[in-house]
Amino acid sequence: MGFLDIRNVTKSYGAVEVLHRVDISVQEGEFLVLVGPSGCGKSTLLNMIAGLEGISSGEIAIKGRVMNGVHPSKRNIAMVFQSYALYPNMTVAQNITFGLEMHGTPKAERQAALEKVGKLLQIEGLLNRKPGQLSGGQRQRVAMGRALVRDPDVFLFDEPLSNLDAKLRVDMRTEIKKLHEKLKTTIVYVTHDQIEALTLSTRIAVMYKGYVQQLGTPKEIYDAPANVYVATFMGSPAMNVIPAKVVVQDGTPHAQIKDANGADHMLKFSQPNLVSWAGRDILLGIRPEAITDPESADRNSGNIVRLRNRVGVTEPAGADTFVTLELGGKDVTARMRADVTVRSGQDFEFAINMEKAVAFDPKTEDRIRP
Amino acid sequence: MAAIEQDTAVRTSLVTRIFIYGILLIFLAFYLMPLFVMVANSLKPLAEITGGNMMALPRQWTLDPWRSAWSTAQIGVEPTGLRPYFINSILMVVPAVVISTILGALNGYVLTKWTFRGDKIIFGLLLFSCFIPFQIVLIPMATVLGQLGLAGSIPGLVLVHVVYGIGFSTLYFRNYYAAFPTELVRAAMIDGAGFFRIFWRIMLPVSGPIIVVTVIWQFTNIWNDFLFGASFGGRNQPMTVALNNLVQSSTGVKEYNVHFAGAILAALPTLIVYIVAGRYFVRGLMAGSVKG
Repeated sequence: MGFLDIRNVTKSYGAVEVLHRVDISVQEGEFLVLVGPSGCGKSTLLNMIAGLEGISSGEIAIKGRVMNGVHPSKRNIAMVFQSYALYPNMTVAQNITFGLEMHGTPKAERQAALEKVGKLLQIEGLLNRKPGQLSGGQRQRVAMGRALVRDPDVFLFDEPLSNLDAKLRVDMRTEIKKLHEKLKTTIVYVTHDQIEALTLSTRIAVMYKGYVQQLGTPKEIYDAPANVYVATFMGSPAMNVIPAKVVVQDGTPHAQIKDANGADHMLKFSQPNLVSWAGRDILLGIRPEAITDPESADRNSGNIVRLRNRVGVTEPAGADTFVTLELGGKDVTARMRADVTVRSGQDFEFAINMEKAVAFDPKTEDRIRP
Repeated sequence: MAAIEQDTAVRTSLVTRIFIYGILLIFLAFYLMPLFVMVANSLKPLAEITGGNMMALPRQWTLDPWRSAWSTAQIGVEPTGLRPYFINSILMVVPAVVISTILGALNGYVLTKWTFRGDKIIFGLLLFSCFIPFQIVLIPMATVLGQLGLAGSIPGLVLVHVVYGIGFSTLYFRNYYAAFPTELVRAAMIDGAGFFRIFWRIMLPVSGPIIVVTVIWQFTNIWNDFLFGASFGGRNQPMTVALNNLVQSSTGVKEYNVHFAGAILAALPTLIVYIVAGRYFVRGLMAGSVKG
């Protein structure tokens, strides 16, 4: 049993089930990120934990206490909203202490808590301002202050960074991470940004169409995606998914793929159990960074496959250069170092790190586990 | 080259401006004419009106018509002046405006932030009440007031106007609160505030502009109402009915100067509400427009 337990929870609106049998157990101090595209049910799940939406079936428990039907204010949770939801008529100080006031905390205690939070978030100078006089980043801090001051069991974040500009978002992301490492609080964080999910979380739940597609650590999600959806949603640029055929040579399975010139290539798998797929079609998943020029290939990898292919286009992106090539009739993206010398149309030798390759069943789109 | 262009621009704009201001002045005079006639004639002795020009300024200034209209003029059968009826109107308007505004605000709050099954139907029915003509409800209303024992009383009139006002005040507040972020209400719920606490501490403080709009609307409508006042006022008739009785009396000399003074007295409160609250209204709109 965990600190926050979501057991077989579903949500239906009338006859339409939007969230199907979600089962997640969160340990104390964990940073769980719910990530997925809009409409996947992640915010609904968060609102159910908060008590803002009813639970159609199943149970949500915090610290072993079942919370179904318990009023949001009695769950000892705090929530940071996407729009910050600061009360426009109150000062920053009043905004932060409003929850304490509603819970009947004496004034002296409120003041002490306010000072502590103000110092922690470096907003002491703003306490007498109204939210309308603050910048986006400052409002974000106040919204977090309002959550922190309550000292809740669970923090709920609903896309807290999506209203900030790109640079500020990165800064605040780091601050949230620092804050979590300092306070060791339990956090459930909703976002549609896979980078946020990978950087912040201790565990990620990738959601799509009302199902939790995969629950795991950022590394598990990234290196061992459970299905094609998770593989392509997490990571930027997305994982290349190439139709291929399994061919067994000398007892080891290979992926047979046509290149841009129509020539066949054999890519040796590092996953022996694919032998049982001999002669059948699969989907081969390769991350862009696993396709490089031979000099930059991972020296620790025991399975680098080289192949010559025509270069499609090159996209210098500062730190990396993205190179496209055609494999199996699909445009495949390779991530190379910035100063690689490669021109479009040229025949180039690519190195593919097949140790990092994954295979999917083309029918179910689930990963073929090693 | 540039200087020439500038010259042309200035000359054109001067002509245009004279034209615009000229037109505006004509309209201004046109709109102010009735007020001028009323004020000028209310300050003349009667002889100057009957024997002279309505448009002329008084030759002999006097406040007697005002005094008479306020405290001694014959209203119906009693020489009480308009004063008691003015007080009746105030006693009717203030509670009716306050109650219908509060109920409208609560309705708007519930219909947008505490939605329930069938809320749209309820709102639709409330909206429908805005379009019911006064005449249709006279007889049912009379029956209800009679059964409640409120016939011919000021509380009865207050009830009638509150019932009639809820439709509009709900419409105003609902539309205003519909644009109010629901996340704020949710945040307050998590903070531990209840239904009325959220209303009082979160919603009402930002409702200034819509409160002013509702109050102006309700005050003007209720103050100016004649039909309900004449039908259900009994001995406690409001100002509008009294003014009618003053002006329409078929006996005695027509004291036009007193009538003018009485008419101004009857129009004064709505005028004051517009002048005082209208400014807050604009201010409220401005405050809303610069929020981030």
